[in-house]
Amino acid sequence: MRSNLNFFSDERFRSIFFQTLVVGLFALGIFFIVQTTAYNLEKRNIATGWRFLSDPAGFDISFSPFLEFKSTDTHLKVYFVGVLNTLLVSITGCIAATILGFLVGIIRLSSNWLLSRISYIYVEFTRNVPLLLQIILWYSILIQLPRVKQSLQILDVFYISNRGLYSPRPIFESGFTYIFIAIILALISSFFIRRWAKKRQELTGDQYPVFYTSFGLIFIIPLILFFILGSPMSFEYPEMKGFNFKGGLVIRPEFIAMFLALSIYTAAFISETVRAGILSVTKGQREASAALGLKQSWIMRLIIIPQALRVIVPPLTSQYLNLTKNSSLGIAVGYADLVHGFGGISLNQTGQAIECMVIVMATYLTISLTISFFMNIYNRSIQFKEK
Amino acid sequence: MNEKIESRKPPVATTGIIGWLRINLFFNWTNSLITIFVIYCLYQFVPWILDWTVFSADFKYNYLGQQITNQEMCSRNLDPENGGACWAVIYVRFYQFIYGFYPREEVWRVNISYVMLAIALLPLLITKLPYRKIFLNFTYVFPIIAYFLLNGGFGLPDISTNKWGGLLVTLVLGCTGIALAFPIGVLLALGRRSKLPVISMMCVLFIEFIRGVPLITLLFFGMVMLPLFLPEGIDMDGLVRVLVAVTLFQSAYMAEVIRGGLQAIPTGQYEAARSLGMSYWRMNFQIILPQAIRISIPPIVNTSIGLFKDTTLVIIVGLLDLLGIGRGTLADTNWLGLSYEIYFFVSLVFFIFTFGMSRYSLYLEKKLKTGINMGAD
Repeated sequence: MRSNLNFFSDERFRSIFFQTLVVGLFALGIFFIVQTTAYNLEKRNIATGWRFLSDPAGFDISFSPFLEFKSTDTHLKVYFVGVLNTLLVSITGCIAATILGFLVGIIRLSSNWLLSRISYIYVEFTRNVPLLLQIILWYSILIQLPRVKQSLQILDVFYISNRGLYSPRPIFESGFTYIFIAIILALISSFFIRRWAKKRQELTGDQYPVFYTSFGLIFIIPLILFFILGSPMSFEYPEMKGFNFKGGLVIRPEFIAMFLALSIYTAAFISETVRAGILSVTKGQREASAALGLKQSWIMRLIIIPQALRVIVPPLTSQYLNLTKNSSLGIAVGYADLVHGFGGISLNQTGQAIECMVIVMATYLTISLTISFFMNIYNRSIQFKEK
Repeated sequence: MNEKIESRKPPVATTGIIGWLRINLFFNWTNSLITIFVIYCLYQFVPWILDWTVFSADFKYNYLGQQITNQEMCSRNLDPENGGACWAVIYVRFYQFIYGFYPREEVWRVNISYVMLAIALLPLLITKLPYRKIFLNFTYVFPIIAYFLLNGGFGLPDISTNKWGGLLVTLVLGCTGIALAFPIGVLLALGRRSKLPVISMMCVLFIEFIRGVPLITLLFFGMVMLPLFLPEGIDMDGLVRVLVAVTLFQSAYMAEVIRGGLQAIPTGQYEAARSLGMSYWRMNFQIILPQAIRISIPPIVNTSIGLFKDTTLVIIVGLLDLLGIGRGTLADTNWLGLSYEIYFFVSLVFFIFTFGMSRYSLYLEKKLKTGINMGAD
């Protein structure tokens, strides 16, 4: 008979006891921290609450391509500009890193010894040097470009100088909405055409030129519409006024440095996962498809890549997450992203460290979870479907 | 007709150097064109870079034979037509790159620490080292010795951490971060797999939170929020605050890697240990973890490489690590405009460390023949 006194040898009791203990200690710790923090804040005369969000920021942001920003705007707007800038560099970076990474990964497996060596050297050099150093290095190269007065010209419309890249800015006039709608309709219909063509091919074996149809729908029809409507788009060209360019689209060196460094650094990692993915497809698959008489390009597109993707996508997701988190290093070159604009300047101006850091961290968590969510959906769609 | 036929030699085109060239470089005409194009590019690029870095570079003296003390004396600034890199800046500032602003009369303490670090790492890296047990004991006490040696105490004058810099800070952050994160990571990994729902939930939340935010926000947290959380009178050193952030960050990644190793251990091991009457802790520390950690060493090294590179982020919160000293040197009017030399040097130092570590992890992977990359990025 078990002794009632010896509670401790009962597993259920022990589990409840330890969990209560941990929760109790945790709550005590939180209570202690909240107490000291409240005391410290009061002593240092730091305001609390979210009211500072509607106060005017009082500083300028040099790079805000989507929202017009003035120094009288609020800290809340600083936050939105920061989020947009973070998303901008992350999304463009992810796209460029994926393209470059796939290219380098495939080249690494090329039968040409020189090419595969060169991509090996590229991978080892970029991934073994800290990203922050690479960002700073790119920035220092970009700001050593000629000054505005001597800026390099390309085709008389692009100007490259140490203030960034100036290009014409497209201005959409009223009629452009129709073209925009046409493009969206074309995208949707080509998606359905692809599904229909696939189904038809499975049933009858006949192939349908999906690529040419989609190309025609997405590019040719809007282009014809564009001319019918009388070219409802014009360009605003950058013009030299005084010491700087006026008008046009400006891409700042901070952004270019971030974009280059992030995509080149992440591409090295992606290329390794791509290489591992392609190598994971057994040789028999390639030989079998060659024996069936498939073209070399078809073997890659229809046999190798779909199977390799199953191995590639999970690590690719973590690379996208890394790139997004690494975009926070923009602070080192003054790129006005979330950390630099809101977590840096706003924090220093208001002194409300806790609120600012909580918002910044929560935003990054949200972005990370969103990326994971969508990549998980994509991952599920490409995994083996057991019949 | 039983005459023996001499075995024929393989065709020249498939063996030896020519065969190698044909197979690897000139397999077909596209391949040959690519090869020729690449060789042409290399021919344009390599001599130029070699010339810049080695042949027309200044190491200590410029082309007039003077010892270089500032950027104006660099050959390329005296005569833009000839002269390449000006490595003299590294030569002149070498002390700062390695020790920061550590007082020169006390620098022997750093040197001894560097040597001891190398000795402490030996038994970890080489499993067949003679007298490994004794060396391992030294590894365990090394952090304590190094702390007093670098920081002061026992009659040694105190050197405040704001005098530390360069490679010293990089190594202190990297090594301490990894060493402290390891035990915390083990506990977190065990906690995440624990059957107690509260504990596993707390571990999951902690790990996923840390992995979801960038390191720089944690560094800011350490710098601006940590002082607010602590009661009055406790003033934390800047380096310690950064170390707290770095350790928290690394422990979450370490936990995931170790969890990968734990998952690879078959249930039979747990059941066998349990049936021998072992307690939870005894089972984990004597049966499960030794096996799990062994297979997760390569990914542990890989995350450690990541941390080592990420230590550069401390320059954003004002610490002077290797990169910080480099940037500081660039801000000095004596050495303005030598950014390529300095960044090249800093990259090279990092490359030597991280490339060495990645080679080591590859070697381990081969040795363990696991070949599975678990959870490392």
